[in-house]
Amino acid sequence: MKRVFALPTALLVAGCDSPLSTLAPAGPVASDIAWLWGVMLVGAGLITALVIVLIILAFRRPSETNARFWTHGMGLWFSMIVLTLLLGAGLWVGERIQPRDDEAVIVRAHAFQWGWEFSHEGPDGDMIASSDLLHIPAGRPVDVLITAEDVIHSFWVPRLAGKMDAIPGRTNRTRLVADSPGEYDGLCAEFCGLDHAFMRFSVQAHENWPPDLSEAAQ
Amino acid sequence: MSDTTYAATEEGSATAVDIARNPAQRALPLHRELSRVWANDKGLWGQITAVSHTTLGLRFMATAFVFFAIGGILSMLIRAQLATHDGAFLDTEIYNQIFTMHGSIMMFLFAIPMLEGLAIWLLPKLLGTRDMAFPRLTSLGYWCYLFGGLIMLTALLFGVAPRDGWFMYTPLSSAAHSPGINADVWLLGVTFVEISAIAAAVEITVTILRQRAPGMKLTQMPLFAWYMLGTSAMMLVGFPPLIAGSILLELERAFDWPFFDIARGGDPLLWQHLFWLFGHPEVYIIFLPAAGAMSMIIPVMCRTKILGYGAIVAAVLGLVFLSFGLWVHHMFTVGIPHMALAFFSAASVLVAVPTAVQVFAWIGTMWKGQPQLHLPMYHILGFFLTFVMGGLTGVMLAIVPFNWQAHDTAFVTAHLHYVLIGGFVFPMMAAVTYWMPLITGRSRIKGLGETAFWVIVIGFHGTFFIMHLTGLLGMPRRIDVYPDNPEWIWLNLTSSVFSFVLTIGFAMFALDLLLQITLGKREKRDPWAAPTLDWAMPMPSPNYNYASLPTLRHLDRPARDVIMPLARGEGALPGAPRGRRELLVTRAIGAEPDHVAILPGNTALPLVLAASICAFVLLMLASLYLVAAFALIPVAAFIWLWGRGMSPVGDLSPVEIAPGTILPVHHRAKQSLGQSGLVALLVADGTLFGSLIFGLAFLSVVTQGPAAGIAGAENFATLVGIGIIAALLVIAAWAARGMTRMAAMIGVAVNLAAILVLIWLKWTQMDDPTGHARDALRAVVAGYVALHIIVATGLAAFVANQHARGEIDQVTRGAHPAWRAWQGFTAATALLAMVILLAQAFA
Repeated sequence: MKRVFALPTALLVAGCDSPLSTLAPAGPVASDIAWLWGVMLVGAGLITALVIVLIILAFRRPSETNARFWTHGMGLWFSMIVLTLLLGAGLWVGERIQPRDDEAVIVRAHAFQWGWEFSHEGPDGDMIASSDLLHIPAGRPVDVLITAEDVIHSFWVPRLAGKMDAIPGRTNRTRLVADSPGEYDGLCAEFCGLDHAFMRFSVQAHENWPPDLSEAAQ
Repeated sequence: MSDTTYAATEEGSATAVDIARNPAQRALPLHRELSRVWANDKGLWGQITAVSHTTLGLRFMATAFVFFAIGGILSMLIRAQLATHDGAFLDTEIYNQIFTMHGSIMMFLFAIPMLEGLAIWLLPKLLGTRDMAFPRLTSLGYWCYLFGGLIMLTALLFGVAPRDGWFMYTPLSSAAHSPGINADVWLLGVTFVEISAIAAAVEITVTILRQRAPGMKLTQMPLFAWYMLGTSAMMLVGFPPLIAGSILLELERAFDWPFFDIARGGDPLLWQHLFWLFGHPEVYIIFLPAAGAMSMIIPVMCRTKILGYGAIVAAVLGLVFLSFGLWVHHMFTVGIPHMALAFFSAASVLVAVPTAVQVFAWIGTMWKGQPQLHLPMYHILGFFLTFVMGGLTGVMLAIVPFNWQAHDTAFVTAHLHYVLIGGFVFPMMAAVTYWMPLITGRSRIKGLGETAFWVIVIGFHGTFFIMHLTGLLGMPRRIDVYPDNPEWIWLNLTSSVFSFVLTIGFAMFALDLLLQITLGKREKRDPWAAPTLDWAMPMPSPNYNYASLPTLRHLDRPARDVIMPLARGEGALPGAPRGRRELLVTRAIGAEPDHVAILPGNTALPLVLAASICAFVLLMLASLYLVAAFALIPVAAFIWLWGRGMSPVGDLSPVEIAPGTILPVHHRAKQSLGQSGLVALLVADGTLFGSLIFGLAFLSVVTQGPAAGIAGAENFATLVGIGIIAALLVIAAWAARGMTRMAAMIGVAVNLAAILVLIWLKWTQMDDPTGHARDALRAVVAGYVALHIIVATGLAAFVANQHARGEIDQVTRGAHPAWRAWQGFTAATALLAMVILLAQAFA
């Protein structure tokens, strides 16, 4: 079993010094997805190997072969079983990481050409705005309400969660969780024009919430 | 010629599949006679007027290959830019144009025309007929493709090419955020090119259903034909949503009709739905012909028959059905609720099942037979390796949570290249190398092709395998620099280096083809010892394909056994004794002989018509909208001329295709090819209408924008106007059932009256379309109805004119069936549109 996971582990290690790596998750949402990736990678590797072996074996002398084994056995049943298991795992993970009505902290992300305007609730209940820097608590689920000013953008912090589009006229919601305090990199993932490549931002996860920003600034 | 002969032939021997043998003749005189009738004109003029499927199919493929090279050069520029993290090579504006054009060229100017070209070139040979159903339409499609492609390339040369990504998401592609003509070039250019896609889909459908050799039942036809039937069905239903979306976006950009503007009740997601309603079936439109070619080549390369024919046909039909249920997997991150996504996730996963059935049937075929490593087989092995991996990453992307991470990253870029190069380019290389002897009559020079294959495989996997990791490490698509991410440098540099290896491989492949064309030795007939009709003809294949048409006794036999009997005229309809292009039309299911179609000869009309459409497109691009409207007059005039070319003139007597089998000519057939073609066209047209209604429903139900103003329909005058139009269209549809000149005249008058009422309604009653998205879409629906009434008027006038010329009667019906079908369709869609608009107004 250890050997089976050797390759994904190697890839995970490769991802450790990457601030935007989905393979270096820093919270349960990103971890669940990285786990899903690991499972799929192993499965895909095995299936690719199986197909290659079957093709190599085809170069032997011709043999009487049962058509139904190939079309029904391999084509239908084998693929159906694998795919059903995978679909189940995908739905299970998807449900686990959904935003739901619990005590999640709500923050806002507003995208424009080309930058981000974030806001979170301060100690006195007012919304505190910040440019290209999103403040969240560590160790607690955070729901980000995502909107857009002009064109479609996409909010993505790879080490914390998957992406969610920022679409004019809509408010989308996604859930981030950071296990520990620190700074995480984010970017706009949907092509949005000239300065798309520079539409980066940071996420600061704080031990205390709401954070004391005057102290953080020092 | 009397009507009694006609009736006798129809009820008598015509339905028998078993056609008697014609007496053998000398092959050479037959060949000369046929060549005289079927050959292209001489020289360059001959290229302009050619309508032959062999000439045009090859020209489609050659042109597509040139666009492939251009798209490839653009990709080299992209890879050069990304090789380093600060990419000082291109500025961002140019870079954005280049990646947009790379995607657009590869999709619309390479892949689609390539598969059309292969189908146009191959299908008649495979089915045992002499040409496609509508040779002039083949030619029109080619010119529209060429002119549309040249418009896009010219824009690139002048630095005004599209720059919003090949899926052109609004609002980025709207007038506010993308000023200039860049986006218009895409919308008008691609739509212009899509005329060729719809044309090809119509004639592929009709050719497969109506031109199979007598006795070749649907359930016995070569698998490539099944694949192409599935493909053409998908094209007829898949392209209209894109065309609808492009028209709406162009109307928004040109006239400020706010379909996608949230401030006025529009919705940018409407574009995404329409685009991917096309865009995902598109992937299978590209894959199916390639898979069809492999289903032909693998058994021949393995000296056996295909394993699981029935299962493969079922898989094709399953793919066609499922492919329309998974467009939303391109939109997993737009904020659709997770449980709704689960449905599309399941559908996207499920589509892997029919794909797996085919892949394992092919592997089983290889087990059953003895694979031989000829060059086409190399490319098939390249397909297996590449496509299986691309399919597996596709399944990964169908899993919603993983998609949220991988979407819009280099992982997706890697995946789509695995699928498209694995699932299309490798099979196409197998197909080209397999059929090259038939194309050129020459054999290959050994060695270079194998080397090219290995260079391509190494270059491809070196470029794209590692790109999966690049994406997982967070690199998004469509960025030109990444100064803060040194960890991506070695990945990108590796991809860039190998991409140049890949390019060298493709260049070697092209060189190999050139050498075969110029220096290859003469190849013997049927070099692969194939069991299909495509090899049962001289090499290179003559324009007429078969000196006499194959019948039941020539099917399912080694090609070498039927070459000579067919060349000696023992099949049906030998030679060209009447000096015109004739072929046999059969019935859709059982392929019983039905009638003899007389095809048009060489003509420049398709070029002229395409040029007049091109003038319209260019005037639209120049924002000269009023002049553009007048440019439609020559378009209409040339279409009229086109119709005149189909008039029932000359010798209309029945033809004896074999001893004892006498068939009517198509002018007197119950269901001609033209009528079948119109049915196919109306399927596409109806889908276009459905796309507009989908848009209206989407804006009403899903979009959370400002409410629409009160629709003018509540007004009493509007109701009266709509009622009058409805009544007039019902009268017109009734008139179209009559076979007299009077009926046709009534049709013209009534349609004209309906247009006048519609114009009156527009000027006095309709809401300003720039005010609200739903008003704009209602105006488009009204415009759709108006356009159909105008065409119906033209058809009625055409029929009246044919009556006046004395060309048509109860048996020789001319354009009458076309008018009748069109008028009925117009009445049905108009009434449906009225019901929907009224329901909206009062809801």
